[in-house]
Amino acid sequence: MSTLLLIEQVLNGLQFGVMLFLMAAGLTLIFGVMGLINLAHGSLYMVGAFAAAATAAATGSFVLALVAALIAAAAAGAIVELTVIRRLYDRDHLDQVLATFALILVFSEGTRWIFGSFPLYLDVPAALAGPVTLPGGIEYPAYRLLIIGMGLAVAAGLFLLISRTRIGIQIRAGEADREMIGALGVDISKLYTLVFALGAALAGLAGALVGAIQSVQVGMGEPVLILAFVVIVIGGIGSIKGAFVGALLVGLTDTLGGVLLPEFFALFTEASSAKLIGASVASMAIYILMAGVLIFKPTGLFGGQT
Amino acid sequence: MKLHSLMLAAGLAATASMGMAEKIKVGMITTLSGGGAGLGIDVRDGFLLAVKGNDDIELVIEDDQRKPEIAVQLADKMIQSEKVDVMTGIIWSNLAMAVVPAATAQGKFYVSPNAGPSALAGKGCHPNYFNVAWQNDAYHEAAGKWASENGVGKVVVMAPNYPAGKDAITGFKRFFTGEIADEVYTKLGQQDYAAEIAQIRASGADMVYYFLPGGMGISFMKQYAGSGADVQVMGPAFSFDQGILGAIGDAALGVKNTAHWSKDLDVPGNADFVAAFQAEYGRLPSVYAAQGFDTGLLLASAAAKADVADADAFRAALKEADFQSVRGEFSFGANNHPVQTIYVREVVKEGDVVTNKLLGAAAENHSDAYAADCKM
Repeated sequence: MSTLLLIEQVLNGLQFGVMLFLMAAGLTLIFGVMGLINLAHGSLYMVGAFAAAATAAATGSFVLALVAALIAAAAAGAIVELTVIRRLYDRDHLDQVLATFALILVFSEGTRWIFGSFPLYLDVPAALAGPVTLPGGIEYPAYRLLIIGMGLAVAAGLFLLISRTRIGIQIRAGEADREMIGALGVDISKLYTLVFALGAALAGLAGALVGAIQSVQVGMGEPVLILAFVVIVIGGIGSIKGAFVGALLVGLTDTLGGVLLPEFFALFTEASSAKLIGASVASMAIYILMAGVLIFKPTGLFGGQT
Repeated sequence: MKLHSLMLAAGLAATASMGMAEKIKVGMITTLSGGGAGLGIDVRDGFLLAVKGNDDIELVIEDDQRKPEIAVQLADKMIQSEKVDVMTGIIWSNLAMAVVPAATAQGKFYVSPNAGPSALAGKGCHPNYFNVAWQNDAYHEAAGKWASENGVGKVVVMAPNYPAGKDAITGFKRFFTGEIADEVYTKLGQQDYAAEIAQIRASGADMVYYFLPGGMGISFMKQYAGSGADVQVMGPAFSFDQGILGAIGDAALGVKNTAHWSKDLDVPGNADFVAAFQAEYGRLPSVYAAQGFDTGLLLASAAAKADVADADAFRAALKEADFQSVRGEFSFGANNHPVQTIYVREVVKEGDVVTNKLLGAAAENHSDAYAADCKM
């Protein structure tokens, strides 16, 4: 394998990683601040993608589509928080899992009701449709570079939000001690709605960005949700920094594992079965990574004490 | 979710002139919700169109949600409490394997409008099991044959790492005489193909043949078009059918794909079917719709000839396949699987609609590789 191909694959892993970060950031914030396991996070990702596809079809503008995705997902998140999630904070995790699983079903069938059963069309904007040539002669799709750029920008924005602003202080305080910040006069229910809407908006943004290169269809959020859970377990539940490092680790492991493991097994067995074995082991790679991290750091890389 | 729609497929239109025809009760289990629902909906709609106004056929439709355990429950219910005579509708091979052997063992007929797993074509074949669509390998075999005959030298083959994916690659290789540059197995349900596309570009192949059903194919094709790769693409119709071409858009233009049917196939009845389907449902029919339609026609033809209570006579009537298939010539081989021509189509743009255009036959009178294992 040439160095150029390897660099390209590292970029692919990076792009996958930042996309996972957008999902995992919201999930880990919601868990950290409110102690809530939100299985419906994947549905908010889907809401973002559908809102973007519908807006792009109506207006032809990709920027408007992204804005619509952010607004629709944030609004859906806020509505869900106000009507359903709010009643779950004092319940145990099993009740939360059941209720948010029910939300998945409601969102999926509701989306099918409105948009039908066939996948929607959403394409990358024409200006970013082709590849660009990077230094060293690597041809890389311009749109994927945009995803990497936007993901890193959102990550930087989140770090600033959490470390430098008043909201950020409240979020961190909420993670440390929920009852106490209520006692100190912070309007806790408003903070919860805000955090939930923020997490939802990030998921919606991820859905819209990824929907343009993948398929916009009912049920698209659940596979990503599982990976996002792996990311926050590796990174440490509740930690944004952990979500970022975990997402990049998972992205790189998954991509490079899929490329390198079949080559690795080809050193020992004949090509055709090496491909099969390599592909099978590669699909386990991120879970092996997760198990490995948990053995040495049971609360994840950046997790506090539970 | 508990979609239960019981419908009488017939109005009270004039009774058929042949007084001998008895009613048959058909149980359709298909995927109407969840991922992949578009396929089941097309099969159902095609079937309903074919039996519209036919009061020999009473239809019960249930949604399996693409889950084997639900399909099995529904099948039990249909056999034991609804007392259906014939079952049909299943889209996915894993669901078919969970339902079909049990249904045929209980003396029911099963007519498959889509899934054609090799196990049911070979050792597991059954006199009461008929497949109106294709054996799973057929499109891939025809594609391999077409590629060999059209001067394609080196091919990268790609499929998900699960039984139907391995069958696809085996099927393609069975008739392909050139060189396999690389075999790539993806994860089932994978949505991002950047790594695979980089491998394809680096392989120096003339063509990439891929089997990625449903949303996987949409993702791959959109990403492939944006990557700047210029290796020719080919696939089975599953990846380029009407239901998903709309979601891929212009990125699919020029791609070749294999199918047993095309909407511009010049055989009697096909143009009428396409027009009637469009008038009824407001969209172009897919191969799945054509399969559902043929399934309906086959059952109607058998119902007109024989009483379903006489299993031997009904079986013989099914086997005759005395109906005008929208794919043209059609007959059942020894294992009750189709003998038919598989065509090559090319994705083109007609006005604003991205659709398929017929290029020609890839494999004529094609049957499957498993018939020899079938003892019945």
